[in-house]
Formats: sequence, C-alpha cells, structure tokens
Amino acid sequence: MTAMQSPVGKPLDRVDGPKKVTGQAQYAGEFDAPGLLYGSAVSSAIARGRILTLHTEAAENVPGVRLVLTHLNRPKMAGENDAYEDMDAADGAPFRPLYNDRVLYSGQPIALVVAEDLEIARHAVSLIEVEYDVESHETDLYAQLDRAHDAPAELPEARGNVDAALAKSDQTIDVEYRVPVEHHNPMEPHASTVMYFPDGSLLIYDKTQGTQNSQAYIEQIFGLEGQVRVRAPFVGGAFGSGLRPQYQLVLAVMASLTLKAPVRVTLTRQQMFTFGYRPRMSQRLRMGASADGKLQAIEHSVIGQTSRFEDFTEHVAEWSGMLYHCDNVALKYSLVPLDVYTPLDMRAPGATEGVYALESAMDELACAVGMDPVEFRLANYTDFNANEGKPYSSKELRACYAQGAARFDWNKRSAEPRSMREGHELIGMGMATGVWEAMQMPASAKAALCSDGTLRVSSATTDIGTGTYTVMTQIAAAAFGLPVERVEFRLGDSSFPKAPLQGGSFTVSSVGSAVQKACDALKEKIWEAARQLADSPLAQGAVDDLRFVDGRLQLGDSPEHGMALEDIVATCGPIEAEVDGKPGEAREKYATATHSAVFAEVRVDEALGTLRVVRIVSAVAAGRVVNPKTAGSQIQGGVIWGIGQALQEETLIDHKLGRYMNHNLAEYHIPVHADSPELDVIFVEEHDEIVNALGSKGVGEIGIVGVAAAIGNAVYHATGKRVRELPITLDKVL
Amino acid sequence: MNAITPPPGGNSHAVHLISLSINGKKHELEVRPWTTLLDLLRENLQMTGTKKGCDHGQCGACTVLVDGRRINSCLTLAVMHDGAELTTIEGLASEDALHPMQAAFVKHDAFQCGYCTPGQICSAVGLANEGRAHSSAEIREMMSGNLCRCGAYNNIHDAVQEALPVCRGEGTA
Ligand code: FES
Ligand code: FES
Repeated sequence: MTAMQSPVGKPLDRVDGPKKVTGQAQYAGEFDAPGLLYGSAVSSAIARGRILTLHTEAAENVPGVRLVLTHLNRPKMAGENDAYEDMDAADGAPFRPLYNDRVLYSGQPIALVVAEDLEIARHAVSLIEVEYDVESHETDLYAQLDRAHDAPAELPEARGNVDAALAKSDQTIDVEYRVPVEHHNPMEPHASTVMYFPDGSLLIYDKTQGTQNSQAYIEQIFGLEGQVRVRAPFVGGAFGSGLRPQYQLVLAVMASLTLKAPVRVTLTRQQMFTFGYRPRMSQRLRMGASADGKLQAIEHSVIGQTSRFEDFTEHVAEWSGMLYHCDNVALKYSLVPLDVYTPLDMRAPGATEGVYALESAMDELACAVGMDPVEFRLANYTDFNANEGKPYSSKELRACYAQGAARFDWNKRSAEPRSMREGHELIGMGMATGVWEAMQMPASAKAALCSDGTLRVSSATTDIGTGTYTVMTQIAAAAFGLPVERVEFRLGDSSFPKAPLQGGSFTVSSVGSAVQKACDALKEKIWEAARQLADSPLAQGAVDDLRFVDGRLQLGDSPEHGMALEDIVATCGPIEAEVDGKPGEAREKYATATHSAVFAEVRVDEALGTLRVVRIVSAVAAGRVVNPKTAGSQIQGGVIWGIGQALQEETLIDHKLGRYMNHNLAEYHIPVHADSPELDVIFVEEHDEIVNALGSKGVGEIGIVGVAAAIGNAVYHATGKRVRELPITLDKVL
Repeated sequence: MNAITPPPGGNSHAVHLISLSINGKKHELEVRPWTTLLDLLRENLQMTGTKKGCDHGQCGACTVLVDGRRINSCLTLAVMHDGAELTTIEGLASEDALHPMQAAFVKHDAFQCGYCTPGQICSAVGLANEGRAHSSAEIREMMSGNLCRCGAYNNIHDAVQEALPVCRGEGTA
C-alpha cells in the first residue's frame, strides 16, 4: 500500500494564508464589542521629574469623554515590585504604568483618556496640560561611561591569559564597535482590547508573544487570579516587542475595570518608541593571532545602556568565547543606567550586536594576517563550545561556508580592497559567520480526535508571523499520517496548554516537541479505545505494530486489521490526550546552536558614497527544517533586518530634551522593497538527534546574525574604509 | 446604514451625508468632517481588513483602491469621497476563489505576520489597474511605499510579478 508522504519537510503554503490575504485575520486592536470605548494615552514631555498637576478638566468636558485616568484615580494595583515581574523581566523594579507622580523617561504614559470614539479621545488628549517639577536627566551613554557598573549577567569564566597571549601574537587589533538604539516597529502597533463581563472577569485580545505571560501579569497586578483570559490569534509582527506585557495592556485593563465596560487602547506609531528597544552599546575587542592565522586571544568588553529601574542584559559577548577555538578569552559586560526606558530583547538579542562586532573584528584580523576571511575562520574552527566545556550536538558550519561560498562565487573576489569596480561603483564582497542558541523550554500540548475525524491540537503559543500555525499542523499531520486538511492547530489562548514565550527561536523545538508527544499519547489512547470495541480488528497486536496511515489505524501493513479514525470516534466518542514536554536529558552533555555563513555584495558610488546591497547569500545549519517555505521566509526577513541594522536603523535622541526625535516611519528608516537585494537562502543538511525529538533547531533569529558584519566587511572591501559605528551611512563612507 | 453613533452629549458638529460604494455595495453614510477614510472603514464600519500602521501616510498598510487607484486611506477624509467606488481587501476575492493577486501571495509566501499584506495586495492590484510596473525594478520602486517589517519583500516581488499580467488580463493564471 502507498502511505501518504510525510508533510514534515515539505514547503507547504501557510494554513492561515487565506485569512491573511483576504483581511479576515483579526489582530488585537480589531475585536469589537457593543459599547466599546477607546483609550488614548498621554505621554510625558520630560525625561525625568515629577508630575505636579494634570489639568484634565477641559478634556473631561469634551462630550463623549468618559474618563481621564491618572495616577490619582486609577484602580488599585499591587504595590510590591515582584508583582510586576513577567516571564521576560530584567533585573530590578519593573516599570508600573500610572503608579505614581514620578516621570522616569520621556514618552512615559501619564494619563489615559477614554471616550466613545477614537477621534474624541485623541482630541481630548490634546487638551490636557501638565505641570512638571523638572529634574535634570542623563540619556547619553558616552557621556556617562564613568558610571558603568558590572552587568548582572553570568558570563563564562575567563580562560588562559589574554594579555600574555596578546603580547606573543604576531598580529593584534584593538578596536571599538558601536551600535545605536533601534526600535522593533512591528507594522501592527501595540494594542489591547479588553472585554468586561458582568462577573468582573476579563477577556483580553492582546498583542503579545505570550498569552499566559500577559494573563499572569494582569492577574498579579490587579489581584484578578483566575479571572483573566488572554487571546492573540494573530499578531502583526513583534520581533521581541511582545515578550513583555506593554503599558497599553495595563491602561486598557485599568479603564475597563473602572468603567466596567469594554475598552481598547492602541498605541500610535510615535508611542511605539516609548517602551523597549535594542540598546546602544560600545564593544571593544582586543584580539591576537599568530602569523599562520591561529587565534591567540579574544577580549570582548561590552558597555550597554539600561534604565534607572532595571538592569537589562542579553548575551552579547558570549559568542566570542564559543564560535572559534581560542585558549585565551576574557568577556566583560557592564551597564550604564540612564533616564530612559529599559531595553528589550529584539530579534536575536545580543547576538545581533555582539556577533556584529566579533565578525567585523575577525575580518580586520584576517586582513592583518593576510588570510582570506573564510580560510581564517576555517583555521579556527571548533566543534567544541569552550564556554560550556561541551561539544556541539551538531555543527554543520563548514558546510555553510562551503555551500555559501560556492553559491556566491566567493572565489571571484579579489582580496585587495578597492580592487573591484564597475563604472563609477566600487564593488565589495564580505562575509561573516552567524550563530544563535538552539534552546528548548518546557511546553505542553493537547491533541484530540474529534467526532468528525479531525485532529485538533492546541497550545497557548502564538504565531507572530513565524509560521507556527502551519508547522504545528505539519508535525501533527505527520504523526498521524493524516492530510493537513484534517488537522486543525489552535493557538494564541491563555486557556490552552502551557507554552513558553514565543521567542528565542525555540517554538518549534519546545511546542513542536510537545505536539509530537501529545500525538503519540493520543495514538495509544485511540488504540486502547479501539481494541475494546466488539469484534475489534485491532484486538490483537502490540503497540509496536500500530500504524497510522491515510486516516486509519491498523496493525502492521495489513489494512484488514484496521479501522478508519472516523469510525473509531463514531463509536467511542472524541478522544484526547494532553502532555507536558520538557528538554530531553540527552541535551545536558552537549552545547546546542544554529549556525550560518553570510556572504554580501555591496556597490558604493565612489563620488557620492551611496551604498546598496545587491546580493546576499545566507547558508544556514538549523537541523531539520519542518517547512522550507516558511523557514526560508524567516531567514529572508532576518537578512532584511540585517540590512536595516547595517545601513539604516538608528533611533536618534536629542540629549538636551532626552527624547527620541525620529519617532516615526518616515525618519526611522527601515528597508523598503527597493532596498531588497537578490537573496539566496540555503539550508544545509544537519542531523541532530540530541537537540530535541524533531531534530529541529528553529530559524527566527539566525537570519539576522552576521548580516551587518558581512555588509560592513564588504564596505571595507569596496572602499578600504572601516566604519565601526552602525548604521553605515554615506557620510561615514565618504 | 448609519455609520456613526449620534453625536454624544448634544455635540453640534456638522455631519455630512455621503454615498459610497464599498466593494460593490452602496452605503449612505453620515460622516464627521474630520473622519479619515481609514477610520471610517475600521472603526465605524468594522471593516478591519484595511490596516493602520502609522496614520501618517508613511507605511502603506492602509492602502485601498478609490475608483481603481491606490490611495493611503489614512491621509484622506471620508467626506472627500462622496460618490466614489471603493475597493478594499475584503472585496477582491469572489465567492469561491481568491483574486489572482491574493492567490499569488499565498503561493509565494509573500507575508509573515500578515499585517502589511492587505495594503501590499491593494497596491499591487492598483498598479495593474493603472497599467504600471512592467519590470522587476519598477515593481520594487513602485511598491516601496508599502513597508513590510517582516521583510517579505522578495516573495512579495515574486507574487506581484507573477500576478500582474493576469490582473491586467494579459495572461492566464
Ligand atoms: S496607516 Fe496609512 S500610510 Fe500608514
Ligand atoms: S508580513 Fe508582517 S509586516 Fe509584512
């Protein structure tokens, strides 16, 4: 008999595609309710101080305004800091919206106008006048370096002796790389719609990467245990901005509790610059190599900005201790607290900045040694993560270099900077390595065989554009030998089985493994039920003989000893199984990571300094790829982000005002269609039986890592100019 | 169909009566002079397929077709469109089939989160109606007003390139 081909590994179209192309997909700020009220937030105009008076009368007198919420009339909320800690909280005391009269950063929400329609609310906001007791603020990282303190991060111990090794190295570099503040700017602004029920319970549609994170947070701070359900069926991009509950959620809940009515709060694009972001940081790299290109020493020292109330840390320097073989390594990390909001994980947090600096410095050292950049990396290759003292469970990075270089025609590159040109344009080719962790978190899932024979699988996880709906459907369909049309995957609901935050590229690894396990558990239950039936053709046989093929359960290869799944549930009723999954023990002895090799070609106008990326090849080793189509899109998206990081993105602050000045999409530049280069994504074969049951590592982050370095290295190759501060704009190239 | 709640609290601002055909259906609407076409759709008519990404004409998420041409609906007032024929993302598919542009977007995975997608699709259909974008470079240039933070640009390009001739009636699907 011909068994259906497994859908895992197939480039299936997104199962939620039709909803997205017809406008039927509904996002957090699009759910309606009779009598829905609209909240519009008032943002502070100063960076630090106290609110003396909020003149709200004029706003309150506007017909249609129902409430002006401030710290003076807000509902009761928890006093202790702990209550505000969410699953992605940084070290310290989280920000508490409308808690008191303190202003901690420019743009902080200080009031919410709630009105019968959006326009009235917005108009009334403009009528509110605020008197402040202004205190002096500090927002400039580089003016405050002397206030840096050790970051509360567990960095790997230093190994060897960096100074001694540098002294003995034939070539050394000592360079500083700087990266600016960047904002996530998902296309969907953050929004929360709160439905209020007569019993005081709430159903909240929230823009979040963790429905249960938002749920627990709201329950804790408002004392609403067991009364909150959070849904997020569609999320219009997040990239980390939804990892922590944002203030529009708190404000909407406050208004809803006060008025006992449904309330929606949607942030404006300007307000999308009033919470987390990628932090500005300085990175100094001291590195040494022998004449034959062996790394002798790496010291990576990071100074990043954080807020006054939380110490935000990410893995910035770690990559320098694990990507190559090097016996003398020292990693350092310190933070400078400023009068700004706390930074927040943003696509490949830490690696985007840290690997940019490391891989740019690697290029500098390769040039110093006089080696080809790929050869230099191969000379220092390792299968061992010296930070953890463990071998990698799999690492096909060599294949990434080889296949990426071949596709890119790297051998056509001439080594000398400024040696390649076409007309008035200088041509530059650069490359870099990318790396990201392959993590797995505890997760649960439920699988149910419904009375119509559909397999329904659920988890509280979200789909922020990553393809979760689709890949989970594929995993479940494969487990049951069912066509994907007969599988329905449900997500984005805090009442579903427990899921970790959707981030860090661990959704397939964590939730996918749980889905697979739930399906296995359900199979046994179905068999248990089916074999009890009168005259069951499945009465004999052992678990090992079970086959789920073409919508049937049978013993071995004999269809006569089998039953259609519909027939089983028709008699036995719906059957379900819920399981808890956790990272396998086999992982403990290994380090796990995804890798990539990124190759970039740039063209620089010699006279004008204008710069374009014309070609990128990204070769990725990420274990088994469940859906090459959606995974390819993830990598493409990451590469586009890398182009933004390299050439465009920078949130500029006026330090006199302590305020962002380009807080809109016209002045905060992100890549557009015309910036998109020819882009080749390669997934190299990588088998990994240790990382998780699926052998799949996740691809949300790896796409961006290394891209900015590859582009910067290409700019150097084109122009002979090493720009060490992002973004690489034409004024820096000229 | 009455699109707005009566002016609250005896608000005496003038409301204007306009007639608008939306996706082939005629609507008689009372609108306030300051209501944008986008807010009319999203908030008054609960047609949320058209997205708001910036409200300032900077992102293209709100693109709709007015008399077949592309327009940023956040940058235009509803009262200005009395008698117009409006097409939104909800009006492209027929009963039983996606519009060729929609189908091409699904096939090429020309979206991730989907939030910019209605605007991208309306822009692309508008380009076809307007007889524009006859090369790859033109597609990229003329679609550049539609931002996609997910970075689906190359797949969008491929989808648009494939579907444009079909939309213009030059080829078959
Ligand atoms: S919402 Fe209209 S252009 Fe952004
Ligand atoms: S698909 Fe997410 S913004 Fe374009």
